[in-house]
Amino acid sequence: MTNQTISFSLNGEIVEIAVSPSEMLLDILREKMHLTGTKRGCGKGECGACTIIFNGKAMNACLIPAMRAKGADIQTIEGVESAHGLHPLQQSFIETGAVQCGFCTPGMIMSAKALLDKNKSPSKDQIREAVSGNICRCTGYVKIEEAVEDAAVRLRASAVKGGDL
Amino acid sequence: MVQNYVFPATVSEAVTFLSTNRGKARIIAGGTDLMLELQDGKNTCDVLVDLTQIAELKNITEENGYIRIGASVTHAQASKSDLILKHAPALAQACRKVGSLQIRNMGTIIGNIVTGNPAADAAVALAALETTAEVTTLEGIQTMPLEDMYAGVCLSCIDSCCQVVTHVKFPVKKKNQGSAYLRMEQRKALALPMLNVSAMVSLSGDTFEWARLIVAPVGAGPQHALDAEEFLKGAAVSDATIVEAGKLARNQAMFRSSAIRGSKEYRRGVLPVFVERVLHAAVEDARKA
Repeated sequence: MTNQTISFSLNGEIVEIAVSPSEMLLDILREKMHLTGTKRGCGKGECGACTIIFNGKAMNACLIPAMRAKGADIQTIEGVESAHGLHPLQQSFIETGAVQCGFCTPGMIMSAKALLDKNKSPSKDQIREAVSGNICRCTGYVKIEEAVEDAAVRLRASAVKGGDL
Repeated sequence: MVQNYVFPATVSEAVTFLSTNRGKARIIAGGTDLMLELQDGKNTCDVLVDLTQIAELKNITEENGYIRIGASVTHAQASKSDLILKHAPALAQACRKVGSLQIRNMGTIIGNIVTGNPAADAAVALAALETTAEVTTLEGIQTMPLEDMYAGVCLSCIDSCCQVVTHVKFPVKKKNQGSAYLRMEQRKALALPMLNVSAMVSLSGDTFEWARLIVAPVGAGPQHALDAEEFLKGAAVSDATIVEAGKLARNQAMFRSSAIRGSKEYRRGVLPVFVERVLHAAVEDARKA
């Protein structure tokens, strides 16, 4: 087994870790880096609970070979909050009631963030497409859509004010 | 159990890795199917040879009258590509239907073919576009029509332990040509196609010069609806001929009853409607161009 020490950017910080060629990124994040906000749901890329942002795109961490993280820019739910407090998406999810049991929430927020990072005025269809790979068994999705729309409004407002959120 | 994971910088380096490991090394591109197969023990290898760092495989280009797609081009990338949207709307439409957005951000078009699934969305669209693949081995580069890449249902002729499909290509769209893709599905996301169809048409005024019509899953790989294609050659572009083509498409559509995709009777029943819709959409695309 050829273990390799790889380095990558995780939530804005360069990290180094030894990984084995058969390990998956989700296991590295959860078991070795103890970032358990990224959930293991189906383990097959069908539920979206393990969604992270990998080089700017939403992906299922359960399907990414850990070795592929080498040199990548990875964001997990733990990196979404800033020194100023919760991210507008997190705030909107709470205030809109888009969180019930909470298991899908980190994945939902990462999928929504991947969208809002590129498009701060998404249409309802674009929001639906962005979170269509994330399964929620509690909310019925309406509140989640509302939360993402609300977060987009907050982000646009903060951009106007020159804020950095 | 995977013992080693390598990132070749060139195609020839990738082929050399495969060759020196004598059948124990395997190509990985998107990996969305392969990683699950390795975890489930349905597939095995000692070395994974990752194509995603090879610069020449990352792009969609127009070269010598062809649109050429590299092995690490993802479904998300293709669905937004101006070249694909212009020359192959069928492929862009199909790519938007694969898995979920997360899967589309990882899974590759060529992987969609090499996994051998007969109803793989992108492969069904590519079958209507007269697609060929460039396959590199230690001996050289071979060109292979898409139809020849299937050895059976969910079986590929490509041996990823010694062959690398580096690109697929199809002719650029001419004036009066158009394509479209359509699937029947239980949900709008994260659903397997119950059936899928694609079409490419070439019009001469108000008649079909020719039409390619693909139906799946009805065999090893996407299948041509041969009787409908023959009927449409030289036929008038009209509601009546399109309805007739829909009925004729049943002749080659030997669906099997499937607990996941639906019964053969049901799918045979709805097929003509989907053929009509996809032909109308392809005609509309041709007239737009």
